[in-house]
Amino acid sequence: MGRSFLAGRAAAGGTTVRWIWIDGFVEFQSGHRAVAVKNVSLAEEHLHDCYPGLPIMPPPLMIEGMAQTAGILVGEARGFAEKVILAKIRQARFERRVVPGDRLRYQADIEVINEAGAATKGEVFCNDRPIGRVDLFFSHVDQNVSGLQFPEENFVFTEQFKGLLASFRQGLGQSKDGPKKEEPLP
Amino acid sequence: MPMNREEIFHTVQETLVDALGVDEEEVTSEATLKGDLGAESIDFLDIVFRLEKGFNIKIPRGELFPEDLLNNPEYVEGGKMTSAGMEKLKAAMPHADFSKLEEDPDVSRMPDLFTVDTLVRYVDSKVNAA
Repeated sequence: MGRSFLAGRAAAGGTTVRWIWIDGFVEFQSGHRAVAVKNVSLAEEHLHDCYPGLPIMPPPLMIEGMAQTAGILVGEARGFAEKVILAKIRQARFERRVVPGDRLRYQADIEVINEAGAATKGEVFCNDRPIGRVDLFFSHVDQNVSGLQFPEENFVFTEQFKGLLASFRQGLGQSKDGPKKEEPLP
Repeated sequence: MPMNREEIFHTVQETLVDALGVDEEEVTSEATLKGDLGAESIDFLDIVFRLEKGFNIKIPRGELFPEDLLNNPEYVEGGKMTSAGMEKLKAAMPHADFSKLEEDPDVSRMPDLFTVDTLVRYVDSKVNAA
């Protein structure tokens, strides 16, 4: 599955690869629920390999999309102070294929969160129909791995990920703790 | 709410089936979490979370799985637990059965302390506390 929620960006042979599998947030309730969307497009390179002549959204990348949605929710709940890493996929199940033109929605809810980590439940929707479940377990790495040294800066939550949340809040005029405020249409 | 051992066992059994992806038949009272059921370190944290939710109890860090004691080189000599280490472990884990470890206190056998019955006894002490 690759770099699974460890980096927003990776260098490969001089080309910068953006490892971001959600397009933006449509809902964000701090400490409780985050909902993100992802549009599946034939312009995406990976679809031509999976599979040649039959492009489908690979389930591992949908798991990664949920991991990013839930991971940002978990990270934000503690002010992005913790290095949150995906530690375990508790369950992942998809009932139907997802193809170019489809719109995915990842709905993540925090089940439990404490200093050691967090458990999240997630529902995956395709064009507003429920198509799967992805339940995850995150670890707060500094609190759990004894004896190993990690960089002090939070390498998990790059500006790319934080930027998604900032854009959502800016778009709705939402402050960190206040309710959403809808802007009137011109 | 009080629960008897059998009820606790069945809920612990379901928890381990979900957490470890094993069959119900494999989750016997004597089964060891690591050796028999294939639990890895991250699974231990997941098990703690699920037990807290399943039984509506709080499990303070290190109370069920006292990692700092198990990894402490002060309590090990020549590959065996020292008697001081054994006493410290017993005090920290009244819910575990030390009889096999006492026969042969080899450090490599320490993970065998964590059996399904260890979890059942721990939950019993929390759920049925006076």
